[in-house]
Amino acid sequence: MHSTNQIIRFVLIMTSLVALVLSLMYTGLKGTHELNEAIYAKKAILAAVQNKLGIDASSLPVEEVQEIFDSSIKQEVYDMKGNLLTPAQVEASGYKGGLAENVDINKEAKKPESERILPMYKFKDGDNEFTILSVQGKGLWDVIWGNIALEKDMKTIAGVDFDHKGETPGLGAEIKDNKAWKKQFVGKSIYDAAGNFTGVAVIKGGAKEPTWQVDGISGATITADGVGEMLKRGLNYYGPVLDKMKKS
Amino acid sequence: MAQAQVAAKQSSIGFGKAERKLLTDPLDSNNPVTVQVLGICSALAVTTGMKNALVMAIAVVFVTMFSNMITSALRNSIPKAVRMIVQLIIIATLVTIVELTLKAVAFDSYKQLSVFIGLIITNCIVMGRLEAFAMANGPYKSMLDGIGNGVGYGIILLMVAFVRELFGKGELFGAKIIGNTPEYLLDTTTTWGLGWYANNNLMVLFPSAMFVIGAIIWAHRAWNPSLVDVS
Repeated sequence: MHSTNQIIRFVLIMTSLVALVLSLMYTGLKGTHELNEAIYAKKAILAAVQNKLGIDASSLPVEEVQEIFDSSIKQEVYDMKGNLLTPAQVEASGYKGGLAENVDINKEAKKPESERILPMYKFKDGDNEFTILSVQGKGLWDVIWGNIALEKDMKTIAGVDFDHKGETPGLGAEIKDNKAWKKQFVGKSIYDAAGNFTGVAVIKGGAKEPTWQVDGISGATITADGVGEMLKRGLNYYGPVLDKMKKS
Repeated sequence: MAQAQVAAKQSSIGFGKAERKLLTDPLDSNNPVTVQVLGICSALAVTTGMKNALVMAIAVVFVTMFSNMITSALRNSIPKAVRMIVQLIIIATLVTIVELTLKAVAFDSYKQLSVFIGLIITNCIVMGRLEAFAMANGPYKSMLDGIGNGVGYGIILLMVAFVRELFGKGELFGAKIIGNTPEYLLDTTTTWGLGWYANNNLMVLFPSAMFVIGAIIWAHRAWNPSLVDVS
């Protein structure tokens, strides 16, 4: 039998060994982990314009993603009033690097609305010119977020990509997995004919206004409504910026 | 003298009938999923696609193999009073290693499997084998037992994922095999003559994993009647 001292000694040695191994491994792989996270986020941004460019963002190699970001994408960050922020100001908001790609949209959602900052990606490659905006909202179980690409006119949607933290596969997760559903958003306008902001509404039972409504997902009403709400609120945040861009 | 020889034979690293039985028994007559009905939780969650199921299977084989080996090597020095906690530390360490490795080399799978990699810690198969086998046998045999049980679990996972991905999404490993186009039109480009098949969304949902596992258990027992519980 083991005495109490022996037990304590055994457990101490065991846990310190384990802690040593795991912390070495964690620090050793930290760089790779961060790179992977960054590439994953960049692929999600490219996914919003992948149909227009004829690429498959999820299967692009790392170098190519970096290449597109370096050569064709201009990153900007705005505040809620539509003023362009300098990298130093973005860093002051708590994002090291100060670029739009460093901004965590889910973290921003926890701040009071007036203090949030908005990342924007301006894609320009030859005739292809898109503005990609990031939005965040609530699904059924947890947060959902997405990147919305607008055409040159700043009101027509060129492509969307959504992601979620914990929606049900086959139901709510369809907002990410169902390509046909995401395709519906292409060509929709976020303003009505009179020029009032509408966002894109997701309608249970089928869209009635083809210019700014899309069909919902059966079995995933709450998640689909969440997408509509997210687009309406999230894109409206960009309203001041878009107004300024349209004037200039 | 004879006893010493027998003992030497038992501890040697050979691959005889007994060793083969350790590897193959969990694949069939002592399968952890279909016979012992363990590890069902993750079998439900990660079997929507073959790729996820394969990654999960490899992760579990790694964990069962090394946790069995390490526990077996330490079995005589682990204090009985804290043996469960020590086993848990071993499992948790290995699972964390798997998680960190996946995050570095297979980030997409890591994202998709999310919490279920971490939940290998609570997979009954792993701790069950430690208690039932590794605490009483040598490291080599425990390793074989670990591989056998991990693979036995993995095979069922892949079988369930095969049915669910093929009939739920018309794909295998993400490549289109059967079914209609995303616009719900007849797909004439598929070579299997099954372009008319409409994907069954039920197969993507969790309950279908229960149906499929149930069907596999039934088929397994119909094929091998000695497994049928006598009540």
